[in-house]
Amino acid sequence: MRSVAVIALNTFRESLRDRILYNLAVFALALMGLSVLLADLTVMEHHRMITDMGLAAISLVGVIISIFVGIGLVSREIERRTVYTIVARPITRSQFVLGKYLGLVLTLAVNVLVMSAVYVSILLLYGAPVRWPLLQAIQLIFVELLLVTALALFFSTFSTSTLSAIFTLGLFVIGHLTADLQGIAEKSKSGLVKSVVAAVYYICPNLELLNVKGQAALGIPVTALYQASASLYGTLYAAFVLAGACLIFNRRDF
Amino acid sequence: MDAIVVDGLTKRFRSGWPGRPPATVLDGLSLSVRRGEIFGFLGPNGSGKTTTIKVLMGLIRATSGSAAMLGKPVGDVRTRARIGFLPEAPYFYDYLTAEEFLEFYGALAGIGRQDLHARVPALLDTVGLADAATRQLRKFSKGMLQRVGLAQALIHDPELVILDEPMSGLDPIGRKQVRDLILTLREQGKTVFFSTHIIPDVEMICDRVGVIVKGRLLAVGKVDDLMTQGHTQSVEVVCREFPMERTQELRALAARLVQTGRQVLIVLPGPERLPDALDLIRKHGATLVSVTPQKHSLEELFFKEGARAAAPVERRAMP
Repeated sequence: MRSVAVIALNTFRESLRDRILYNLAVFALALMGLSVLLADLTVMEHHRMITDMGLAAISLVGVIISIFVGIGLVSREIERRTVYTIVARPITRSQFVLGKYLGLVLTLAVNVLVMSAVYVSILLLYGAPVRWPLLQAIQLIFVELLLVTALALFFSTFSTSTLSAIFTLGLFVIGHLTADLQGIAEKSKSGLVKSVVAAVYYICPNLELLNVKGQAALGIPVTALYQASASLYGTLYAAFVLAGACLIFNRRDF
Repeated sequence: MDAIVVDGLTKRFRSGWPGRPPATVLDGLSLSVRRGEIFGFLGPNGSGKTTTIKVLMGLIRATSGSAAMLGKPVGDVRTRARIGFLPEAPYFYDYLTAEEFLEFYGALAGIGRQDLHARVPALLDTVGLADAATRQLRKFSKGMLQRVGLAQALIHDPELVILDEPMSGLDPIGRKQVRDLILTLREQGKTVFFSTHIIPDVEMICDRVGVIVKGRLLAVGKVDDLMTQGHTQSVEVVCREFPMERTQELRALAARLVQTGRQVLIVLPGPERLPDALDLIRKHGATLVSVTPQKHSLEELFFKEGARAAAPVERRAMP
């Protein structure tokens, strides 16, 4: 367990020293600033605009970090051959994969926390209500990030950075369209289309389950049961994907 | 118990195209490295040195055969705590300072924070990087990276040190420092296994050497034995004022005779003809200038054995 923590902390340090993270933080702040500007220009629903765009900024920046840092977590180590000296240490390959994952999760947690603090400050500054549903939405955004990071890491254990990015982005988009997939399956007359779409529906993660941003902006909470089960779903899915990543990484030749 | 035992190791890499035969990089390689010795693993580029080391370090899996280090089969995670490894042309986390880098690798080897605080500065001093302790690795030269790489291989005070081309890309001073460091490790009772394609490195510091060509071990033994065993040593004799009309007698003994002005260089095919040559020089009143036994260098062995290994393949290729 100590080895996992050592690798996780080093990965966290790596991302802290990476300029990309700071560029993204500036981008997020700019996005939140823009929401304030746009809110000033709207006649109606002044607060809703700030609330909506703030949540979207937290989610967007988190997903960008998850995918674009996540795909490099392992593949960059292989490309740069830094993995040689790590794998030669008294640690298992699974410990290495888990450490890399947890390191990025720690980075994401800090990022979400800082952005949420800025977000809440802006809301308070403009007199918009800070309600429980907003925090529920942020918590589920974080679960979504856990899942997307696991997917990015999974693909990066066996493919190039570019392909990993394409696969992860693809799954991210499909994951948000699963409700539509169900609709297509129901409407289609072809048995083959029905079964293929149904298979995609059940295999791909249903990221819409973790998206309560719309109703949170309106101040409508989800039940504690929903929040717990959606979190469990996302976490278990991520754990399953991580197990797959470890399995593949264990069999790899460098 | 030997430090490294490799038995019939074979590694084939699948080709990317269907129908193409796999490439055999290691072909039934067997060798053993004794405890406390410096073993040089010598071979030209592409002979299978790095592949062997990768199998030993668990970076790749052998197609067949077995390998063990410190009495445990390769892949045993715990044993790695007793082994230090420096890969070829290493590249490390360049955002870390030399100090952080060594602390990270030390922590991975299970060394406590207290011990690391004492060990890291001492090791940086040993590899001559004490002044660069707080500098990020991205600002390091190639030679400095190689040295900090050596430091990470030694951070946990391993019993066995495996170095893949540790002197490549270093200037003469850097090469000497690495050689001295390897010799110090032997003095401390450690086993060092290092690969190289540069023969003088092996001749200077190794107790034993293994020559690998095309994935097969061609020769193994002490450096001196390999250089003399089965290979006749020539002797070069230089004399002055040898009568021209008598050089025929010298020619009968020599493999080669070169006359330059008043001097004659006589290359004898072996030391057994030396007394006869000296008798002739004395008999004809010539002055002896020098007698130099010519040792066959490993280089000659390297090429000779390499050509021999390649020969059957070439013959097979002939129609």
